[in-house]
Amino acid sequence: MATVTFDGATRLYDGSQRPAVDALDLEIGDGEFLVLVGPSGCGKSTSLRMLAGLEPVNGGHIRIGDRDVTHVDPSDRDIAMVFQTYALYPHMTVADNMGFALKIAGKSKEDIRQRVEEAAKILDLTDYLDRKPKALSGGQRQRVAMGRAIVRSPQVFCMDEPLSNLDAKLRVATRTQIASLQRRLAVTTVYVTHDQVEAMTMGDRVAVLNAGVLQQVDKPRAMYDRPANAFVAGFIGSPAMNLLTLPVEGDAPLHLGTFELSLPREGRTALTGGEVTVGVRPEDLTLSADGAGIPVTVELVEELGSDAYLHGSVTGGSASELLVARVDPKSPPEKGSQVHLAPRPEKVHWFDTATGLRLVD
Amino acid sequence: MSTAEKFLQMGLAILLFVAVVAVVLLVAGRFKGRNGDRAVALAFLLPTALALGVGLVYPALRTIYFSFFDAQGQSFAGFDNYQQIFTDSDQLTVLRNTVLWVVITPFLATGIGLLYAILVDRAKFEKAAKALIFLPMAISFVGASIIWKFVYEYRPDQGSIKQIGLLNQLWTMVGGTPQQWLLNEPWNNLFLIIVMIWIQAGFAMTILSAAIKAIPDDITEAARLDGVGPIGMFRYITVPSIRPALVVVLTTIGIATLKVFDIVRTMTGGQFNTSVVANEFYSQTFSADNQGLGAALAVLLFVLVLPIVFYNIRQLRASEGR
Repeated sequence: MATVTFDGATRLYDGSQRPAVDALDLEIGDGEFLVLVGPSGCGKSTSLRMLAGLEPVNGGHIRIGDRDVTHVDPSDRDIAMVFQTYALYPHMTVADNMGFALKIAGKSKEDIRQRVEEAAKILDLTDYLDRKPKALSGGQRQRVAMGRAIVRSPQVFCMDEPLSNLDAKLRVATRTQIASLQRRLAVTTVYVTHDQVEAMTMGDRVAVLNAGVLQQVDKPRAMYDRPANAFVAGFIGSPAMNLLTLPVEGDAPLHLGTFELSLPREGRTALTGGEVTVGVRPEDLTLSADGAGIPVTVELVEELGSDAYLHGSVTGGSASELLVARVDPKSPPEKGSQVHLAPRPEKVHWFDTATGLRLVD
Repeated sequence: MSTAEKFLQMGLAILLFVAVVAVVLLVAGRFKGRNGDRAVALAFLLPTALALGVGLVYPALRTIYFSFFDAQGQSFAGFDNYQQIFTDSDQLTVLRNTVLWVVITPFLATGIGLLYAILVDRAKFEKAAKALIFLPMAISFVGASIIWKFVYEYRPDQGSIKQIGLLNQLWTMVGGTPQQWLLNEPWNNLFLIIVMIWIQAGFAMTILSAAIKAIPDDITEAARLDGVGPIGMFRYITVPSIRPALVVVLTTIGIATLKVFDIVRTMTGGQFNTSVVANEFYSQTFSADNQGLGAALAVLLFVLVLPIVFYNIRQLRASEGR
C-alpha cells in the first residue's frame, strides 16, 4: 500500500501538437479510492496507463510511495490493473488466470492455490475455478479480472472502466461491490470512468479531466456543491446544470426574460470579459405560483417516476436559453404551458465566460 | 496441326461442353417439385463426381491394385514390393531420407518463421522485412532449386580456378577447401532440405505473424503488469495463443515435405543417396520400368500423408470453432 503522486506528468503522442495529458499534478493518499472522470479523449485512460507503465511519460514524474517509477518497467511497479475488456488469458482456467502473477513471481503451488481460493471466496467464484473464461458470463469474467488483481495484493489497483461492458442493472450492483471491496482491502485505487454517476458514488475523491488538463479534484459532494469552473459544473450532475451566458453592462441587473438577477460585487470585480455564465442545477429551480421567477414555456416533461424533469425555453429569450428543472412528478405542468421558475439564490453559481473560472464562493 | 486447326478444335471442345451442360440442365428442368430440386442437385453433382471418379478414385484404386503386381504389372506379386521397400538397402536409404526431411523441415521452417515474425513484429521496417522472407514462396520449387544449385556450385580446387558458388566462396574465405556439397553423404540431404526451409519459412512467418497480431493488446499488457518478461511472454502468452496456427503450419509444411519431389529431382535427381519417396516413385515407374515398386511407393506416400491431413483438418475446424 502506498501513495501515488503525479508530478507534472505529461504525455505527448508522436505527431501531435497538444499533449494528451498536460502536466498532471495529483496526490492520491494511501488507501484512497480516486476516480478519474471526464469525457472521451480527455486523457483519463492515458493518465492511468502512464501510472501502470503501459504508456511512456514525456515529462514530469510519477511516484508510488517514495519510489520514482517514471521509467520503471510495468512488471516492476507492483500494480494490478483491471481492463475494460478484462483481458483474461483465454487459454488458462479461472484459477490459472488469477494465480498467474504469483506463478511468475515464483510463489509455491500451495501458496498460490490458497490465495486464489481466498479471492474466489470473496468474489463468489469458487465453483468456476476450473473453467476457461469463454465459459463464463460477462459478470463472472469481470469478477475474475477483479480476482486477478486482488490475489496479488499489489500496492495500487488501476481500473480502466471495468464496468462499461456490463448491462445497466449488473453495473449498479457491481459498482457497490467494488467500492465496498476496496474499502475492505484498503488498497490505493485509481479508477477511470466516463460515467459521472460512478465517479460520484464510488470515489473518496473525484478528479475531473478535460482535454488533458486537470480541472478539479475534490470530494464528490464538495465538487457538486462548488464546481471550480463551468466545465466541471456542466459535467458533474445528471441532468446537467443549466448554464446560461449573459452580457454584463456596468452595475445594471442581468435579465432572463422578465426575471432580474444581479451578479454579486466580488464577482463583478473579478470578471475579465463582458459576459458571465450563470449556473443553476435543475433541483435548485422551483415552480413559483406568484409569478416571481424566470418565465418559461414548457416544451417537454420527462417523467421518471420518482422525479419529473421539465424542459423549457425562456419566454422572450434567445433560442439558446433552454432550462431543465426538477418538478413534482405528481403534478407536472402541461406541455406548452407558461410557468415561472425561481432559482434558490444561495444555489446560483457564477462563472467568468472568458476563462470559465468560478467567480463567487 | 496448324494454328487454325488447333483453334477449331478448341472451339469444338467448348461447344461440346456447352452442349453437355445444356442437355444436363434440360433434363433436370423437366423434373418439378421436391424431386425436381433433387434432380437438379444431382445433375450438377454428376459431372463433378464423374470427373473425380475418372481422375482420382479410379487411378488410386488402380495404383493400389498394381502395387501387388510385378515390374511389368502382369503377375501377382503379393507384398513383395512392400517387402522390398522395407528391406532393400537402396529403398531403406529413401525411407531414411524421407524421415530426415519430414522431421527437420517443418520444425525448422516453423521455428525460423516464428522467430522472424516475433522479431519484426511492429518494427519500422516490418513490411519490407516480411516481403523479403515471403518472396521465396513466389518462386517455383524448380526455380528455387536452380538458384540453390548455383549457391552450392563446385569448381575443382586447382590452380587459378575460382569458385563461383556462394557457399564455396564463403567457405574458402574462412579457410576451408571447396566442398562438393551435393555429393557428400549424408550432409547433401541437409543441403537439399535447406532449400525447402528457405521456401516454407515465409509461409510459416506469414500465418504466424497474422496469428500474433490477433492477440489482443490488452492480454499482452495484462501479462506485462503480471510481471512477465520477454521470454515469459513468448512461453506463457504468445505460443499458447497461436497454438492452433502453429499446428496448422507444422502439418501443412509436413504434408508438403512428404510429397517433395521437384527439389530432389532438379538438384541431384535422387543420386548420391538423396532420393525421397516421391522421387523414387517417379524413378521406379518411369525410368527403371518397375511399375509395381513405383505403385507401392505411391501407396506408401498416400498412407503416410493421410493421418497428417486428417489431423490438419481437425485442427483447422477446432480453431475455427473457437
